[in-house]
Amino acid sequence: MSRLFQFVRQWKPIIKEGFSQSFLIAKFLCLLHVTNTHVCTPVLVYGPSMLPTLNLTGDVVLVEHLSQKFGKVGPGDVVVVRSPENPRKTVTKRIVAVEGESVTFLVEPALSDRSHTVVVPRGHVWIQGDNIYSSRDSRQFGPVPYGLILGKAFWRVWPPDAFGSLSQE
Amino acid sequence: MGTRNFLWNSAKKFFTIGLIGLTVSDRYFSIVPVRGYSMSPTFNPQISSYTGSLTDDRVLVEKFCLEKYKFSCGDVVVFCSPSNHREMHIKRITALPGDWISTPHSYDAIVVPKGHCWVEGDNSVFSLDSRSFGPIPLGLVHGRVTHIVWPPQRVGKVDKRIPQEHLPF
Repeated sequence: MSRLFQFVRQWKPIIKEGFSQSFLIAKFLCLLHVTNTHVCTPVLVYGPSMLPTLNLTGDVVLVEHLSQKFGKVGPGDVVVVRSPENPRKTVTKRIVAVEGESVTFLVEPALSDRSHTVVVPRGHVWIQGDNIYSSRDSRQFGPVPYGLILGKAFWRVWPPDAFGSLSQE
Repeated sequence: MGTRNFLWNSAKKFFTIGLIGLTVSDRYFSIVPVRGYSMSPTFNPQISSYTGSLTDDRVLVEKFCLEKYKFSCGDVVVFCSPSNHREMHIKRITALPGDWISTPHSYDAIVVPKGHCWVEGDNSVFSLDSRSFGPIPLGLVHGRVTHIVWPPQRVGKVDKRIPQEHLPF
């Protein structure tokens, strides 16, 4: 019995130290999660749909979530959106029109001049890639509910020679 | 001097608790009140004249399903409204991608597109759901309801069932 007490007394400070360090790590991970989900996070984007704004092989951009929460995301912004065709995928496109506006777009720009006009319904946005020849966007899957927007990409971090703000076009 | 220290320590404690609470409610579980009667008798079965928030049901929402976005027919989910991103609704999923659903106002049957789901309230009369705004992208879902935690006399698991007349064909 006294052996047990001795054992506990020996290990108690180490166990306490272990708990406090784990708690510190847990607090740090929580801070990381909250910052990434609600404030700002880096995102790797790749693919041809946003040429020439974003590169084919991959850019790292900073995406901020505060504009989306306050409803301040508007036309001309590059946004990261959860894909309406596959919720596990995120796509990066530019907002062309918001609710109430009407959009005229080329249905198949490489093949014909046929264009189509759509009015964006309430609570939705119309997103298009800058490279309309190679982009799967609202022209295929329709207007996207505002709730799917994850954040606005405002700054490019990588590659270093393209470091800087993603200016509006 | 002592009060400033005390205030600073309390502020740090609140900040830490806030961070941990936000992380847990984003990633694991959260408890939300159910307003309205669109899910009677599953939630809020009695229409009371006293519309206080104390009498609303409170349910446990789990976020583990957001890892893979794998839902089954009959799951009750919390989702962002497609017409107003600031509102969240609670309804039951009655059809998954690829299922056929009959629209109530015409003789057509529509197929639920890829990445979307059809949601309906258990109480068809009071419910504003996919019969009005169409199928919703699965990306709008923010969690799955597993248990009722308030009021104490109805604490229990939420059944995964589909009312007979809602069966898709």
